[in-house]
Amino acid sequence: MRVLAAMSGGVDSAVAAARLVAAGHDVTGVHLALSRTPLAYREGSRGCCSLEDSFDARRAADRLGIPFYVWDFSQRFAEEVIHPFIDEYRAGRTPNPCLRCNERIKFAAVLERGMDLGFDAVATGHYARLDATGDLTRMYRAIDPGKDQSYVLAVLNQDQLSHCLFPLGDSLKTDVRAEAARLGLSVADKPDSYDICFIPDGDTPGWLTDQLGEQTGEFRDETGTVVGHHDGYHHFTIGQRRGLHLGTPAADGRPRYVLDIEPVSNTVTVGPGEDLEVHHLEAIRPVWCSAAPGASWRGQVQVRAHGTPVGCRVQIAPGGVRIDLETSLRGVAPGQAAVLYDGDLVIGSATICGTDRAGTDIAHAGQPGVDGALR
Amino acid sequence: MSRAAVPGESSRPAEGEGARSYLDHAATSPLSGAALAAMVDTGPVANPASVHTAGRHARALLDDAREQIAALLGVRPLEIILTSGGTEADTLALMGAGGTGQVGISAVEHAAIAGLGAPHLLGSRVRLLPVDSDGVVDPSAIATLDHPSLVSVMTVNNETGVVEPVAECAQAAHRAGALLHTDAVQGLGHLSLDLADRGVDLASFSAHKIGGPVGIGALWVRRGVRVEAVAAGGGQEAGVRSGTQQVALARGFAAALAQAQGELADRLERWHRLRERLVTAARRIEAVAVDGGDHVSEAICHLSVAGARGDDMQLLLDARGIDCSTGSACHAGVSAPSQVMLAMGRTPTEASSCLRFSFGPATSMAEIDRLTAILPGVVDRARAVR
Repeated sequence: MRVLAAMSGGVDSAVAAARLVAAGHDVTGVHLALSRTPLAYREGSRGCCSLEDSFDARRAADRLGIPFYVWDFSQRFAEEVIHPFIDEYRAGRTPNPCLRCNERIKFAAVLERGMDLGFDAVATGHYARLDATGDLTRMYRAIDPGKDQSYVLAVLNQDQLSHCLFPLGDSLKTDVRAEAARLGLSVADKPDSYDICFIPDGDTPGWLTDQLGEQTGEFRDETGTVVGHHDGYHHFTIGQRRGLHLGTPAADGRPRYVLDIEPVSNTVTVGPGEDLEVHHLEAIRPVWCSAAPGASWRGQVQVRAHGTPVGCRVQIAPGGVRIDLETSLRGVAPGQAAVLYDGDLVIGSATICGTDRAGTDIAHAGQPGVDGALR
Repeated sequence: MSRAAVPGESSRPAEGEGARSYLDHAATSPLSGAALAAMVDTGPVANPASVHTAGRHARALLDDAREQIAALLGVRPLEIILTSGGTEADTLALMGAGGTGQVGISAVEHAAIAGLGAPHLLGSRVRLLPVDSDGVVDPSAIATLDHPSLVSVMTVNNETGVVEPVAECAQAAHRAGALLHTDAVQGLGHLSLDLADRGVDLASFSAHKIGGPVGIGALWVRRGVRVEAVAAGGGQEAGVRSGTQQVALARGFAAALAQAQGELADRLERWHRLRERLVTAARRIEAVAVDGGDHVSEAICHLSVAGARGDDMQLLLDARGIDCSTGSACHAGVSAPSQVMLAMGRTPTEASSCLRFSFGPATSMAEIDRLTAILPGVVDRARAVR
């Protein structure tokens, strides 16, 4: 099979490519240049588009003896990932740009270009398992629970998954590093990347301030009383406790959390932790990884990349899904992805538009000027 | 040329069967046997700037090479300043002989010249001379410069292969009171240079475009033209270029130049036939244009392929055994629209839809026939890429 291996410059994608070469596939490596202004080196954190990463990817390809190219997707990345990320924050939501990149860039623009150039599949170093039986490709969680990346891949549909290869899904990260060392790959000890790749210093609030500017707004408690001021709602995400810098302590002396964000009035509502608990989610733009499920079923939902899945009942509704949680979740913000599982099987994903604490319901999602909670 | 002859190939395992064709000699023409032998034959030598016996021996070898290079160029030995390559020669010419007035450069110069317009280098003293849609500079534009000190127009464009009217530019520059420099990196060993006859004052050369070693080039400075140093040091080369002189590389350069000049007539005749074959085949493909007009280097064939990305065509050709270039600039492996094509009036999309094939001393008709057999399919495939 002719395989296009997306090589980020990290250890995972290098070992993924190595395994495909060892399996006898005709592999070509491609590194995606996503940033307009790649930095030569990063302080402290790691993303996936520095010049150093490009170098590391190329050296891994050299080691494997495969052709290697750099593809410039910086313009599409800006249009499809960075700008929507800013827009989501502007609207008071909390987006996950990695899902968006997988949906629109890695497994869309890159996959399309690869297929058009005559490749049969695109491979990455993501930790997830695929099982192709008959005409259906099902995605499962990776066996390494600490590395499972099925959450950020749950935006892929059947058409995309049927052309994907994830060679690391059955491996433990420690074994992948050991394999890289055995293969003589210089990235064997390279730290994992955790941060948002286009925010090189990891300072998301500071980066957002550069994009959105600062504007003084009010903190209010749940009774509407002003309890402090802030430099702009985009510095906050629902569930956040640190960095609120509220002048006066709560009456009961207990810690306060961000409960809701209202962009139009630039107001951040704070309150006690128990008021973060949500029992119901509404989510739009569902993507079903394999076949569309029935109208109502029981499964599990996970709302952040390394979050704990909780049992739920899912109902398909026009324009989205309604999710009733069997165990409450804390700190769920509109904009996050709700990924639905049946055990290890990934059913699909949808973008949370509201909870019983914040945001809006499916029927009103996407309409301007509507940001009331579903109380 | 066989795959094994390309530098770096030995570290890469062979991919399947079938010969590869290296058609990117304008990037680097791999080291010739004569150049390699001349370098190996140099043996261990002392510093040529030393006055003792060992130093004098090294100096003699260096100046043998200098005299050979000068003779092959039809110039005087002390007019040759050996540098690390064409880029350094360009910097030395423009920064060192550019005076204090305006510096006129063609809009299609290599980045080694065009980049000297950066604010911390020559900045706004650099003025662009426009080119026509074939990329040919208009010599009459030189008269519009305000008290120019120097005009720089390349001999042969590195992307399109177009031959610039250097003699006419020299006349116009001199009328305006300016010196004329030419970046002759793609001209050396590819056409008859006639430096003095064409009124050129300074010219840049590189060894590795003609089968010499990477890491050496030269600036020819006509006697009487003053060049100031642009970097400090011992001033080993003519008092203006510092750094320990590279005896072995100079010998490799001289050997490659001797071979290139000696075989020039034969090479030109063969390249002409190769180029004709490729041009004819390319023009049969719908919406493929051959760039550069009527007066183009015989060793370069530059194609504009409407509706296809250069990157995609290059990948497809690479996978089919053809090494060629997209002709556009490359930053950290990412190609950008060609500044040369943009200067010729092309859109950014058009300026990213090019392929450059360039021939070397051993490029054969069989290789061109193989290329022309696969090119239409590659163009079709690349045009279908979203």
